[in-house]
Amino acid sequence: MPSQPQGTGLKEEDFEREKVLTVAYQPLAKYSWATGVAISRFLSGLKAGEILGTKCDHCGRIAVPPRIFCELCFKRSAVWVKLPDTGSVNTFSISHIATDTTRLKTPTIPAVIEIDSTRHAGFLHIIGEAKPEEVTMGMRVKAVWADPEKRKGSITDIKYFKPIK
Amino acid sequence: MQVKKRVAVVGAGMTKFMRRAQETGKELAFEAAKQALDSAEMRMQDVDSVALGSAPDAFDGVHMKGEYLLDGAGGWQKPYSRNFVGGGTGVFSVIHGWWHVASGLFDTCLVVAEEKMSTCLPHPQTAFLTIFDNMIERPLGPNLIWIFALEMHRYMQKHKIPKEQIAQVAVKNKRNALDHPSAQIAKAVTLRDIMNSEVMAWPVQRLDISPVSDGACAVLLASEDVARKITDSPVWIDGVGWNLDTTYWTNRDLYFPRYVANAARMAYGMAGITNPRKQIDFAEPYDPFDYKELHHMEGLLLCRKGEAPKLTKEGVTERDGNLPICPSGGLLGVGNPIAAAGLMKVCELFWQLRGEAGKRQVAGDPRTAVAQAWGDLMQIGTVVVMRS
Amino acid sequence: MSDFLRIEGDFPVHFRYTAGIAGENFLREIKDNGRLVATRCNNCQLNYLPPRIYCERCMSKLEEYVQIENVGVIQSYTVCTQDNEGKQLAEPVNVAFVRFPSAHGGLIHRTSGEVCVGDKVRAVFKDKSSRTGSILDIKYFEKI
Repeated sequence: MPSQPQGTGLKEEDFEREKVLTVAYQPLAKYSWATGVAISRFLSGLKAGEILGTKCDHCGRIAVPPRIFCELCFKRSAVWVKLPDTGSVNTFSISHIATDTTRLKTPTIPAVIEIDSTRHAGFLHIIGEAKPEEVTMGMRVKAVWADPEKRKGSITDIKYFKPIK
Repeated sequence: MQVKKRVAVVGAGMTKFMRRAQETGKELAFEAAKQALDSAEMRMQDVDSVALGSAPDAFDGVHMKGEYLLDGAGGWQKPYSRNFVGGGTGVFSVIHGWWHVASGLFDTCLVVAEEKMSTCLPHPQTAFLTIFDNMIERPLGPNLIWIFALEMHRYMQKHKIPKEQIAQVAVKNKRNALDHPSAQIAKAVTLRDIMNSEVMAWPVQRLDISPVSDGACAVLLASEDVARKITDSPVWIDGVGWNLDTTYWTNRDLYFPRYVANAARMAYGMAGITNPRKQIDFAEPYDPFDYKELHHMEGLLLCRKGEAPKLTKEGVTERDGNLPICPSGGLLGVGNPIAAAGLMKVCELFWQLRGEAGKRQVAGDPRTAVAQAWGDLMQIGTVVVMRS
Repeated sequence: MSDFLRIEGDFPVHFRYTAGIAGENFLREIKDNGRLVATRCNNCQLNYLPPRIYCERCMSKLEEYVQIENVGVIQSYTVCTQDNEGKQLAEPVNVAFVRFPSAHGGLIHRTSGEVCVGDKVRAVFKDKSSRTGSILDIKYFEKI
């Protein structure tokens, strides 16, 4: 193999000292994403304090987050069902970093919560009212909802999931 | 499955992998492409087509990155196309190039993969935030590391794997990379260094993660008759496979990458491999995190589910072991310029199978090897099987 | 059912582009010496402007820099009346594509006044003390 790979590596200080010429650019990138038929209804459900799922016409699988099609059967999922707001922890992490990669003072506990009465269907959320060392795989949890007047039709209308005995 | 022409790799080249390159993306692509051409003593006019792979435009910060890179990648006035499947791109680029030649449409194809992540600030990871669902995941304030942490934790819990056994992979690969001329952060780290490194999102610690990098790689593909004229030792691409799973990652059990297994079965089927553990001499699975090497060894059906840590512990996956894994040093040791990283693994297969890997050479005259990449939202497995 | 139809958000990244090996040399020649350079491919007999370290035709590595005389010809031009958000500009901006007889390629830049296709023009540089190593170290092209 070639023993002399090419490339000129730089250090961060090289940029600070303007050793090389650069151009900076901040794109004006703003978006207005369509939530879609399924998620807009899911968000309405959250505002009303309910977790909604959809049922595939063909295989009967309940999907949450809901979708208007079952991607396994490639058929429509037209039936909406109200789901319990309890579930089990499929996996979790103890995160010390925020979205912008800065360090958090108190760790946050993201988890995939499998919602009861589905076949392992779930979504991402946060575990609250629990110390990191108390959280276990398979732990039973229940949604803690924001007060009705504070709900906005957002995933954060569920504040977090807390352990239940 | 009907394949018109057998395809060989006849040349390879790559740049250094660096945290911040001075070179533009075009210049990186050129240096790699040029080395691949020179290594096969071919000229640009002998190249019939060009296949380029590069991950999100948002890393290099240029719109239509494929077209931007074209002239450095040798695409001028050629049939040129770009592919992008996240981290799977590097190995997928070879498959994309393979289509050109196996179909009989072209005799030669230059495959190039490039990434310049250092352009993206404050951190390339921020370009990734929209990988989370904008409606129901981003409002929770996620960090990209969460995805890996959640997958890693599920894998560890399912098979009761202690963290030390996973960290051992990082020790091995960073050490292997000391013998790779392009390596960015090759180092003799100890298990204790890994276990003491900063916890990002448990169980992920800082030294479990491969670095952000800039770099490019290239390989030259040729059909059988043309390959035999170019070189005495073509390396054959005998199997290709690719497979994706649903984006709804929270509806899948993350402990096993079934889409990697699907891709592997496709590639093994083509290559006539019925017993991967016995018939594959060494492998380069995708290792952006240490646990991923283990996860992917199992996905590549090189061992039973949950068995990969045991093989690592027993030294089977060391360069002098019975099944060397990532003899190159992998992404953990050489670096991770997303698309170029996967192609680096294919370059490694090429050099190893020709006995040209120098200090990294796996002993015992290896004949058959597999390279694999992975990406998107833990969705794609891309696999190639190569033979000398 | 008609609520919650949209979610707004952004893509919180910004970019820092390096000029690259050839770009660095090109801009430094403008900054330090007030002159234009191209790279030469002897194989294809072409001088690439802006310069690059590779010939796109034969993929040779290019390391020879040649000076390009500061006499260009207007290949095409336009007059901009809006900015890139669609707002009306206070003064129209003349932009042209300038080719140079000895070079392959050319430069896009502003012109100091109206031009026609075929007009001979030259780059007018800022005072050396105000140059930063940017393409804007050329103020504009003016008719000769």
